[in-house]
Amino acid sequence: MHLPLFLIFFPLALAGLLAVVGGSATARSALAKIGSGVVAAGALALYWTTLHRDAQFFALNESGLSPAILGVEILVTIVMLTIALRGRQVLITLLVLAQAALMGMVEFGGHAHPRVAAPLFVDSFSVIMALIIGVVGGLIVWHAVGYMPHYHHHESAVADRQRSFFASIFLFLGAMFALVFANHLGWLFLAWEVTTLCSYLLIGYSRTPEAVRNAFLALRLNLIGGVAFAGAILYLVRTGGSLALNEIIASGQGAVLIPVALICFAGLTKAAQMPFSSWLLGAMVAPSPVSALLHSSTMVKAGVYVFVRFAPILQNTTVGFIFALVGATTFLFASCIAISQSNAKRVLAYSTIANLGLIVTCASVGNAQAVWAAILLIIFHAVAKALLFLAVGSAEHSIGSRDIEDMEGLISRRPKTALAILIGIAGMFLAPFGMLVSKWAAIEALMKSNPLLPVAVAFGSSATLFFWSKWMGKILSTVKGPPPSHGPVSMQEKNAMFFLSALTVGLCAIWPYISSASVKPFLIAHYGTFVEFNRATILIMSIMLALIAALPLSLLYKGDDKLRITTPYLGGANVLERDLFTPSIGLTKPVAIRNYYLTEFFGERRLSRVGYGASLALLVVLTVVVST
Amino acid sequence: MKLFRKSPWIIHYDGASCNGCDIEVLACLTPRYDVERLGIINTGNPKHADILLITGYINEQSQPVVRTIYEQMPDPKVVVAVGICASSGGIFRDCYNTKGGVDSTIPVDVYVPGCAARPESIIDGVVQALDILERKRAEMKARRRAKAPAPVTAPAAEVAPS
Amino acid sequence: MNLTHRILAGFLFIALAPILAGLLAGLDRIVSARMQGRIGPPLLQPFYDLFKLFQKERIAVNRSGHFFLLGYLLFTIIAGVEFFTGGDLLITIFALALASVFFVLGAFAAGSPYSHIGAERELIQIMASEPMLLMVAMGFYVATGSFQIGAIYAQPTPLIATLPGMFLGLIYILTIKLRKSPFDLSTSHHAHQEIVKGITTEFAGPYLAIIELAHWYETVLLLGLLYLFFAPWPLLAIAALIVVYFLEILADNTNARLYWQWVLRASWTFTAIVGAGNLIILHYINRGGTP
Repeated sequence: MHLPLFLIFFPLALAGLLAVVGGSATARSALAKIGSGVVAAGALALYWTTLHRDAQFFALNESGLSPAILGVEILVTIVMLTIALRGRQVLITLLVLAQAALMGMVEFGGHAHPRVAAPLFVDSFSVIMALIIGVVGGLIVWHAVGYMPHYHHHESAVADRQRSFFASIFLFLGAMFALVFANHLGWLFLAWEVTTLCSYLLIGYSRTPEAVRNAFLALRLNLIGGVAFAGAILYLVRTGGSLALNEIIASGQGAVLIPVALICFAGLTKAAQMPFSSWLLGAMVAPSPVSALLHSSTMVKAGVYVFVRFAPILQNTTVGFIFALVGATTFLFASCIAISQSNAKRVLAYSTIANLGLIVTCASVGNAQAVWAAILLIIFHAVAKALLFLAVGSAEHSIGSRDIEDMEGLISRRPKTALAILIGIAGMFLAPFGMLVSKWAAIEALMKSNPLLPVAVAFGSSATLFFWSKWMGKILSTVKGPPPSHGPVSMQEKNAMFFLSALTVGLCAIWPYISSASVKPFLIAHYGTFVEFNRATILIMSIMLALIAALPLSLLYKGDDKLRITTPYLGGANVLERDLFTPSIGLTKPVAIRNYYLTEFFGERRLSRVGYGASLALLVVLTVVVST
Repeated sequence: MKLFRKSPWIIHYDGASCNGCDIEVLACLTPRYDVERLGIINTGNPKHADILLITGYINEQSQPVVRTIYEQMPDPKVVVAVGICASSGGIFRDCYNTKGGVDSTIPVDVYVPGCAARPESIIDGVVQALDILERKRAEMKARRRAKAPAPVTAPAAEVAPS
Repeated sequence: MNLTHRILAGFLFIALAPILAGLLAGLDRIVSARMQGRIGPPLLQPFYDLFKLFQKERIAVNRSGHFFLLGYLLFTIIAGVEFFTGGDLLITIFALALASVFFVLGAFAAGSPYSHIGAERELIQIMASEPMLLMVAMGFYVATGSFQIGAIYAQPTPLIATLPGMFLGLIYILTIKLRKSPFDLSTSHHAHQEIVKGITTEFAGPYLAIIELAHWYETVLLLGLLYLFFAPWPLLAIAALIVVYFLEILADNTNARLYWQWVLRASWTFTAIVGAGNLIILHYINRGGTP
């Protein structure tokens, strides 16, 4: 009981402290370092203390606390309203007011306010989420301590507001912990809104016109989800339903399908599913640690968190199937669009959207195996994507660009950063690594629902293979590029990248353990069944992993004196240097190689339109289904 | 087993020829001559080739290219000069831009005369080159065993009868 | 199959697959030559070529290329072993994809324009063919309830009866996988190559031999996949394989290479129609049987 409360309130307290004393660089970095260590340690401690234990519900004196909660809620609303009014954002103002009106009707609408005996709880799924928030989040904060000074060194036009940056980050971490420990839907909603607010603050960090515009875009789209969430709470209160998560899930499909659909709709906006995906792309203007923390490994996972929570309700329903189709559409189109992108962060953003889509699909299908796949996807994706964002951020500082074309030969220019990116990419799509394990399970689980879903996954995965491979190829390419760059990479950045790389690889070795220790109890509790993995499959995966780990050893083999190094084939027109050649009119030109982007097929504008159209149509169908 | 005899892969390069010999080289691939019977493949890539088949004389422009292509071929390798221009410079011998035959630039193993060289003699030249290829292979093996460095110049040239 | 059988099958695959695929390649070249009015090389020509390549000098553009090729060969063999020991079909496909990615990365790492173009085109080919391979696995799953090749193999009735679309789709992408015209974008076995040798341009001698060997293993694996459609009737299966392979050779010799746009569009459209169509029809038939 103390640990979850500690995990919620420690970051909040630290955020307050940072807001006060964060002006001094030494104090700020010390506090942030301590904070990241403590949240990681706290999450690990929570894991050890809850291992092999059933879900625990913490009875708090809710009526005593509710004025405080209400106060915070009003505060958040006022802050959002101020932001909207100062930014002259009409739609946001209206959305905040709508949300406030809905919540006002909940609080003061004359309905018997349902009591939630245990507003907080911990089960093995929230522990997994807490581990991601604590450990991955902690590593990202650690990285940020080293990264932010460099960021300001490179972006000299951006005002140094690191105090509010780190305060927002810790505020966010606290809210995120609250979100995954909340059993009271109202509390969950409050945490949800705070994360939206943090996202707004951090996207707009640089205060450039683009950043401000994108921050408002994120706020607007997330608030649409917020209104739906508030609507769900109002619906539950009016129909005399419970606001306790566990009771809602236990109450069976028929009774709560409408509020669950509304909350999952909110989840779609938070998880940046089509047609709401544009805000996540805009969010890429934020510094890389923000992208890593909020927009890939944790905050967007809140969106899929509610899907996984409500998976038993969505299972075998038309509503669930439509959500699954929205996720599959998003996965397919976002994966395809990523092919046409050369900006590394946009590729990562599209890949994040796609993978969240896959998780939404799995969770909406909602059978035990699909949920298993969804949870493992959440874990693997959080680690690998955080690593990728951090490594791309560090690479950007050392080569001065986030364009994949400029990463040519990074393996010889910045070997360690390049290796981190390669491990991250391999973790995203190659066989023995994590994502593939869950994709493997996902295909089987989705087969049990409707073959359209795995077919979309098959086509989408093929597209992911294309864009990840060509990125890896670019990094490995040995065309003599610009001379080695010597931009500094701080100690903290190196630490974080090292640990996340180790975690990406390590997870592939220990996932069967995670599966049986943490995912199995959750599935047993909700489904009563657990599909054991075929041992032979685990064996062959392990062999493959071992071989991949052993392959680089072949590079150590120094008996290469027989190997003659020669120039690449350039029609015989090489000029002494390996990267120069003589074109037809006798000049000397450097070789330039560019990747394929296939914009003719996978152009962003064209496919986005189709994707938005398809998902919007699905949402219209959803509305019809829910209202009848 | 003498594998090089059975699987000679060729790269065909046109130094600076009138294209007469090139047409005859390509004629060797047609059903009438069908050099694939002998395992011969026209690869178009020096890195895959065993035999460098050059038509035409060597000039300022083509000299560095011929050198690069020769350098990019893995050992053992042989050079066949096809046609009188490739063998000696032919009627272009005294032109201002002519460097001479192929042997002005790289060591040549087999000369196939003719203007244009007939497919029969081209095939015959390649077949003669195969023996040299096998010999070079044996030398390479011996060198490798003795751990001796590769010789700087190639062995003496041989001439195919016309 | 018990463990001994499995291990035996694995070793047999490693030992016999190159022999089988080499003979097939030799036959392929003879048949191709006959179609072109030529006599063609001896049957054992592919073996002569392979052993010769192993004897050539080792040249490379960098010192890391062989690392990727080793991965290519290794994981192709693992995919094959997983398949022929009755393992998991999805794992087989993923291992094969991993192998292809290694190959592509090797070509990228060479940093040469020609191998780079070949690598990008190879990626297009993988992208074009991968969905169908996955859909074949799904089709087997719908028809048999398992991804385990052992279980699929043990079906009493031939799966071609329920999965004709899958079979057609698989034949279609087999053209890509076997590097046959009109889909030989990245490299082919023919002399005509307007982009030099595509993805294999920078690999010479023993390295080229490794690529060829891996390709042979892959060929046997893909033919094994085709065999599964007729598993209960071996004679019919072998006849079907011969017919399919003959058709591939015929297509190879009667088609010009297509643009990549065509390859991608045609493969995705065709495989989506026959693959997804077959899956959906089967899904609803199964549902009708057991509501």
